[in-house]
Amino acid sequence: MSAPPISPGLAAPVNLNHTGHYLHWGVVQISVANLAVVGIMVLVFLLALVLPFPRGRGRDE
Amino acid sequence: MTARWARLPHPEPAPARTRPYDLVKEFVIALVAVSLLTVALAAVFGAPDERPVTIRSWAQADPADFLSTAFAELDGSSATATYGPPYNSAADGQKIGPVGLAKLVGVRRPIDTADDFVLTPLSDAPQNPDVASALATYKNAGADQQGALRKQYADATTAAKGDPTQIPADTAGPVQILLNQLLSQAQAGSLDGQLLSSGGFYQSDYTKPLLFLNDGTYLAGLADDRHLSGDQWGMMNETGNYPGQPWLWLYTFWYQISPFDHTANADALIWGLMAVLTVGFVLVPFIPGVRSIPRYVPLYRLIWRDHYRSERRL
Amino acid sequence: MSDQNVPSSVAGTGAGGWTGVVRRRAVRAFPPDRLLPDEQPSWVASWIYVFGVLTLSALCVVLATGGVLALKGPAWWHISSTGRYVNSLHLWSVELFMAFMVVHLWGKFFMAAWRGRRAMTWITGAVAFLASVGTAFTGYLVQQNFDSQWIAGQAKDGLNSVGIGGYFNVLDFGQMLMWHIVLLPLALGLLTVWHILLVRRRGVVPPIPLDAGSADEGDPS
Repeated sequence: MSAPPISPGLAAPVNLNHTGHYLHWGVVQISVANLAVVGIMVLVFLLALVLPFPRGRGRDE
Repeated sequence: MTARWARLPHPEPAPARTRPYDLVKEFVIALVAVSLLTVALAAVFGAPDERPVTIRSWAQADPADFLSTAFAELDGSSATATYGPPYNSAADGQKIGPVGLAKLVGVRRPIDTADDFVLTPLSDAPQNPDVASALATYKNAGADQQGALRKQYADATTAAKGDPTQIPADTAGPVQILLNQLLSQAQAGSLDGQLLSSGGFYQSDYTKPLLFLNDGTYLAGLADDRHLSGDQWGMMNETGNYPGQPWLWLYTFWYQISPFDHTANADALIWGLMAVLTVGFVLVPFIPGVRSIPRYVPLYRLIWRDHYRSERRL
Repeated sequence: MSDQNVPSSVAGTGAGGWTGVVRRRAVRAFPPDRLLPDEQPSWVASWIYVFGVLTLSALCVVLATGGVLALKGPAWWHISSTGRYVNSLHLWSVELFMAFMVVHLWGKFFMAAWRGRRAMTWITGAVAFLASVGTAFTGYLVQQNFDSQWIAGQAKDGLNSVGIGGYFNVLDFGQMLMWHIVLLPLALGLLTVWHILLVRRRGVVPPIPLDAGSADEGDPS
């Protein structure tokens, strides 16, 4: 039932279909994939706050 | 009453200074960037697509679980048979305190597990004389007699250490003949179609086969191996190493903690709780305290730092 | 914004009937330079402002890839490598859409962007987020794979427990497909248009006054 339905030659170069990896801290369980997504989102959010935005020419300056 | 810090005059004065901002150009650049990013991510990582379990693959991979489940459907002891609304009136359904919304809505998709999952699929298929006779015997028996026939099979299963595939042939009465025949139909693949069929030609409603499948332990075992179970934060998860639905984190979180992890009304209570929290989320601008968080977490100073700097210069 | 900026042929007060009323109101609410301005207040100068348009762009990619999947029908992506790739595009554009939307949400929350008659902008955005969660969820249900089977079996209990399951049956593939490709995208599309029009109507929220943090007024609410 885990056989890919189409020819493996066409599979994606990074195969994520292996057994999932999970992290546990007490009551918290999260997959590495979800943690990566959330981590990237937080990182992108912080970068958006910190990185300087290209300075436009102010109309009245 | 809006707090002083959050108050803005109406109408708002035009901004003292403006800057050129090409919205259309910004959108086109964003669209191209997001498209390219999507193309790249899809090419590199692909998508998960684990084949579905069929009644056939289940019956072939784990015939003992199939037989036990089929017996529970006939016996009226399976999860579906004892579910209550919307499938039957065997129970009242879950409640939030005194409020039973499930019962209020009532039985809207009636399912009789013995008939729908066992007896009808057997009656609808051409059967050899042994099976036909066993079927007639069971159907014509009174309730007490049917109970005795099922008990005969249950006792034989216990004697076979709980594995119904190990019951010696022709030793457990008509129920054994019926369930073994149902197993044959399932292993041949015909039960998949029979459970799906509702008398018409076109089919799109998988309620019956999915309920039957979910009553066994086979599907749950596969899901557990893949970290998809409710007590594993499974709602957030996806097969393999793919990201799932992380935005369901709060919903799935409640199932991990007391009292929700041991009450029979967990689903209803969590739905009620999430409904309240959802309304709160939508109405953030009106909730005292919550709407003041941005003022006390001064990320706004970072976002508008250029503006504040030039204001101070002036 | 005065009506003098609007060509008289558009703002024409002479137009009669219901059409005239609707036209006058529309033009008053959305004169062209408010609907598509070529300048923004000087404080619109942070990368956090691009996440709205990134969300919108990702939604366009989601709709386009979903449209291709719809053209070919629900079985296509299980049997064709091209179909599988288009399905991957659909999946990853959804991941991007949800991620951009949540970063946008975080940003707008910490800007208290509902100030100044902008509460409805927050509300439409929040409801659009919920509609997106529902759309994604029904998407998982109609994949016709192991995931769908398991998710349907689990989700039915939550929905049945509060009586929704009698009407919204996650085990009914046909019904869920309709919700996923017609009803929910329509609702999300309308919410998105409403949300964006409100942003254009009210403009970008001004910064929180700097002395707000030191003002001695306890919880201001």
